[in-house]
Amino acid sequence: MTRIFPLATVMLALIIVWYAGAYVLNAPQAINLMDPDGPHNFWAVVQAAWNMDRPVLPTPGQIATNLAASIFGNPLFSPRNFLLQTAYTAETAVTGLAGGVVLGIFLAIGIVHSRVLDRSLMPWVITSQTIPILAIAPMVVVALGNIGLTGLVPKAAIVGYLSFFPVTVGMVKGLRSPDAMQMDLMRTYNTKKMSLFVKLRWPVAMAFLFPSLRVAASLSVTGAIVAELPTGAQVGLGARLLAGSYYGQTMMMWGALVLASLLALALIGMVRLGEFWLCQQRGGRL
Amino acid sequence: MNEQTLREPAPRNASIPNDNVIVAENLNIMFDTNDHPISALQDVNLNVQRGDFISLIGPSGCGKTTLLRAIADLTPVTSGHLRVNGMSPHTAREARAYGYVFQAPVLLPWRTVLRNVTLPLEIAGMAKSDRIACARENLALVGLKDFSMKFPWQLSGGMQQRVSIARALSFKPSLLLMDEPFGALDEITRDSLNVHLHDLWRRTGMTTIFVTHSIPEAVFLSTRIVVMSARPGRILRVIESDLPMPRSLGIRDTAAFTALAHDLREALRDGHSYD
Repeated sequence: MTRIFPLATVMLALIIVWYAGAYVLNAPQAINLMDPDGPHNFWAVVQAAWNMDRPVLPTPGQIATNLAASIFGNPLFSPRNFLLQTAYTAETAVTGLAGGVVLGIFLAIGIVHSRVLDRSLMPWVITSQTIPILAIAPMVVVALGNIGLTGLVPKAAIVGYLSFFPVTVGMVKGLRSPDAMQMDLMRTYNTKKMSLFVKLRWPVAMAFLFPSLRVAASLSVTGAIVAELPTGAQVGLGARLLAGSYYGQTMMMWGALVLASLLALALIGMVRLGEFWLCQQRGGRL
Repeated sequence: MNEQTLREPAPRNASIPNDNVIVAENLNIMFDTNDHPISALQDVNLNVQRGDFISLIGPSGCGKTTLLRAIADLTPVTSGHLRVNGMSPHTAREARAYGYVFQAPVLLPWRTVLRNVTLPLEIAGMAKSDRIACARENLALVGLKDFSMKFPWQLSGGMQQRVSIARALSFKPSLLLMDEPFGALDEITRDSLNVHLHDLWRRTGMTTIFVTHSIPEAVFLSTRIVVMSARPGRILRVIESDLPMPRSLGIRDTAAFTALAHDLREALRDGHSYD
């Protein structure tokens, strides 16, 4: 209750501001579209502003209704069904995230165990993230398309490019976090590198892996949406966003936005679940 | 190391005279610092015989921990001669010839008490059922057999250090190296652990080298006390103790104990400079 109350208060405030904003932004057009013979009092203008077909800013209620109509009013495998579009984006995000996490972990292992890789690779890992993803995405799509890779692969590659980074940075720090006494302890057992990794470095790094995974999970949805734009916007929430902005369908854009954030929340929730499970294995502490 | 040698306990008795476990001759250890090298140990000569309980005592910076770490091959020797069980420290470490107890328990928080104690045996490749049996035996030795399924942070500091002692017994070592293991504990816990350790040493006959800051602790536990002084780190005096065995805490009120503690305090004062 102590956690829900503050959240609910902020949410209520946001909804009030939203409805007020919808009135302010939509009212000028709404007045033009109103029946000239009808009543023009304040309440009638508000009603019109909140119920436009193509509003500048749709109300939360309109977005919800529109989403529900799309999800329940169409067959599951119809392109008009937002759930199908979400599934496409989720497929891209999850595939890319998995690849990015594996790549990120392997890079971190290499960097931690090899001085040469530490010196040569780490600066490039950091530089890779200074390039805007929007600039690199079309090039990845074109380049991979030229060698016959289209559809999921280039999109997943873009997601992986975004999501490997927090994992690498977190895991490099995590794998290096055993303290001097722990290292000495393992030395007294004449521990070989492999055992040292399995028994000490990896389990210590878990406390760093999960925060990195949460960042990577939310980045993966951003990455998936960006990756859908230059592929001709055929499928996915990114495609809906682009189509919505072409045709002034604000409700379509907002619907895609809501589902994208729900998707990110679901992915983060899954990471949380993994974290919770490991925590239980360790007696309640990570 | 194969499983056969692991299961067979090393010879433990002090019956063979002049059986040197540790031999140090003209041992020197230098540390490089930014401006100039520092002599951590200078011309150290020491013989430790099988079954001895040796305390290394002295002010901070006298090199007592450095000496222990050199024996354990955790710190390299600069010059001189050092043998552990007749081997170089490096070979002795590779043969897992000793158990080492650190200043802190260094238990891995994600492992239960039992799995902390089995850790060295896991690394040595012992079969699961064997290592669990061995760990239970060692936990019973330190009086913690009912706590094997707890996690380290659920135990008190004294219990955690006992777990780390049980873990150090994993390879059934003939040599136990302890670096101020009870330094961070309160006095009452420390007293009870001293009694525990004395009993354990009596029962196993393990040669023990024990670094401490505490005069009563050194006198209570040791057969010989090595007094060291700082800058450069060196051995000042070796005091033999002939206090009767077995010892209980009551011995601290006897005249012999007080006299020995007095000797030790005098020796420490001689070596202490206030620069």
